[in-house]
Amino acid sequence: MINELGHYALVLALAVALVQASVPILGAHRRDAGLMNVAPVTAVLTLVLVALSYAVLTRAYLVSDFSLKTVWENSHSMMPTIFKVTGVWGNHEGSMMLWVLILVLFGALVAGFGRNLPATLRANVLGVQAWVTVAFLLFILLTSNPFARLDPAPLEGQDLNPILQDYGLAVHPPLLYLGYVGFSITFAFAVAALIDGHIDAAWARWVRPWALAAWTFLTIGIALGSYWSYYELGWGGWWFWDPVENASFMPWLAGTALLHSALVMEKREALKIWTVLLAILTFSLSLLGTFLVRSGVLTSVHAFATDPTRGVFILAILVIFIGGAFALFALRASALRQGGLFAPISREGALVLNNLFLTTATATVLVGTLYPLALESLTGAKISVGPPFFNLTFAPLIIPLFLAVPFGPLMAWKRADLLAAAQRLYLAAGIGLLTALAVMFVATGAPVLAALAIGLGVYVMVGAMADLVQRAGFGRVPAATAARRFVGLPRSAFGTAVAHFGLGVALVGIVAATAFSSEAIVTMKPGETQTIAGYTVRFDDVTQATRGTYDADIAHFSVMRGSTKVADLTSSKRLYTTRRQPTTEAGIKTFGFSQLYLSLGDAQDDGGRVVRLWWKSWVTLIWLGALVMAAGGFTSLSDRRLRIGAPTRRRKPAGRPVAEPAE
Amino acid sequence: MTRKQKRLSILAGGMGFLAVAAGLVMMALSSDITFFRTPSQLVAERPDPAMRIRLGGLVEPGTIVRGQGTKVSFDVTDRKNKVKVVYTGILPDLFRAGQGVVAEGSFAGGGSTFVADTVLAKHDEKYMPKEVADALKAKGEWYGDTADEKTARK
Repeated sequence: MINELGHYALVLALAVALVQASVPILGAHRRDAGLMNVAPVTAVLTLVLVALSYAVLTRAYLVSDFSLKTVWENSHSMMPTIFKVTGVWGNHEGSMMLWVLILVLFGALVAGFGRNLPATLRANVLGVQAWVTVAFLLFILLTSNPFARLDPAPLEGQDLNPILQDYGLAVHPPLLYLGYVGFSITFAFAVAALIDGHIDAAWARWVRPWALAAWTFLTIGIALGSYWSYYELGWGGWWFWDPVENASFMPWLAGTALLHSALVMEKREALKIWTVLLAILTFSLSLLGTFLVRSGVLTSVHAFATDPTRGVFILAILVIFIGGAFALFALRASALRQGGLFAPISREGALVLNNLFLTTATATVLVGTLYPLALESLTGAKISVGPPFFNLTFAPLIIPLFLAVPFGPLMAWKRADLLAAAQRLYLAAGIGLLTALAVMFVATGAPVLAALAIGLGVYVMVGAMADLVQRAGFGRVPAATAARRFVGLPRSAFGTAVAHFGLGVALVGIVAATAFSSEAIVTMKPGETQTIAGYTVRFDDVTQATRGTYDADIAHFSVMRGSTKVADLTSSKRLYTTRRQPTTEAGIKTFGFSQLYLSLGDAQDDGGRVVRLWWKSWVTLIWLGALVMAAGGFTSLSDRRLRIGAPTRRRKPAGRPVAEPAE
Repeated sequence: MTRKQKRLSILAGGMGFLAVAAGLVMMALSSDITFFRTPSQLVAERPDPAMRIRLGGLVEPGTIVRGQGTKVSFDVTDRKNKVKVVYTGILPDLFRAGQGVVAEGSFAGGGSTFVADTVLAKHDEKYMPKEVADALKAKGEWYGDTADEKTARK
């Protein structure tokens, strides 16, 4: 009964979303306040209904109601409670429910925070947002109903895929979806602006916090996903250029570009059309990502069993939304007035350069991801595009961007002095070069390119701080004055600096982990030792254990430095009894920023075990860097200007070009 | 510079940049892609020893040999032809006889043995690498799957 209620709530949500998708937009067209005011009410109502439906589904997992097909397929009465809750989104139907829940949550947030938005803009934004809601609710109800029943109800469930029985699943998908789906808001704003035919700096000021929030969550989501696959799959890799990873990386790249171009639009009213295009593009890439993951058209380590009708349905959604938005863009973009002149050497110019690099990099990732698909449908040849492709295309495009990153914040708007900016970066460049030399000196035989790349990362880190130091006036005014000024700097300046700093940190981690890691694959018998990166690892013994839904062989290792023991490590092979599925749990110990990573392999006839050992140099910097970037995002979000979201215009800079059209 | 000239210079810069990117992509696509082959295709046409290949099929039961230490060899079959594969390292958890597998590597030794540096098995028990499933379907060797599996479980 209660499950039917959940299903019914979902159908009702669809009906309400249909109202939200049509009435407010009609109202905005007729300038009818009554019709437009339907939008916030319906937005909150869809949230309540979808949340109710989601809660019912979660309850079914908690009480192990196996009369629901998805619960039977993906849960087990013996599973820990946390995995029962996270198991809701550990499968296709439930993850789409989470997608829609977050979608309507964002809609309700716009309704709540958007009180001082222009009425027509708010009505249009919520209307467009509801189109997406309608599409995905239809998708769930028609192809992926989570409330489908089994009769008679089985006594026991089939257990959740063991790889997903992990705390990583608890946090990775929700954060990733907050990012993916968050870009639906910027999409809705862009389409609303196109419908309205009017766009200005206030629009950008409204869009930027949403884009920033979505970007921040996506950053954390990708980083957590990377760390999760690193420790859970036991392969020791943190990025595989796998289609599903690319699916989340492309919206991130485009979203990063969007953040920066929205900045130009907010401050200078330039790049209007481009920003609108990027907003559409970013969400299109999010939809494409959903399609790639959910349809199973691509060969991927992440691919799960899929249903072709679903793929066709999502493809239809994709075509309608992307095609529709671009058609609207083609029709209406010319109505958006351009403004804000700037010289090529200026803050605007730097941000255009940033956008050029990021969108081109996005395009190469897109080509690498979709080329196999296109080739197969055209010629039938099956190929795969792996890391070598991306190393050859993505890396050369992104490295010059790192060089340019510290310059951006040092450039003045409109017209800047490149030489002056460069002079302020002498120190950062010097420190970077010294680091590169030190790396070459310490790690003899280190690849020169790797040493230079680490130096580049350090240069970005130090250079990120140059703007703050400059604006506070350290070295020019008394230290106390500078410190006071420093504290008083806007949060957004700190946000930029912190995010750019994090980028440098991540680069150092990526390069170090790639160039200076070492590994060994050996067979070990109890008592034998293996040396790696100055540590001696002794294989002690193997014990058996039975826990909940699995049996485990647990191998115990002692890690020694010289003759002193510094750590105990275990790596285990688990066999999940319901699915007869084995998994490997890696043993990981962090030393400083580096990690010792042990992965247990198969048993040999003579009682030995295959063991794979990795020394991962500075590997944690990769994820720490991403988290620092996200911290920069949050810092910037807390900026007073964004927090109060005041659409009041800032004082215009003096001497605006006469050529700029009046709004 | 006039507004038009500025716009043109930015456009020209952008185009030049895109051209570089397109060049890199073309170069990479001509050299850094990996072709998927079935055992029958490999038996019919032996590729260049340097060429990277993804070999897909089923692990032939009874052919898995765990040699000294970390070396493993097994045959990959499409039920018509088979290819011997050697691999050094830890096999994935879901590697099992009779199951679908994708081995990535080349005929580096110049002989008829495929030297794999990566072995991928299916991700969960419902899933077979898509390339393998397609190849088996094309050969009429697809003994699917979900219906049988479900009844077997009940």
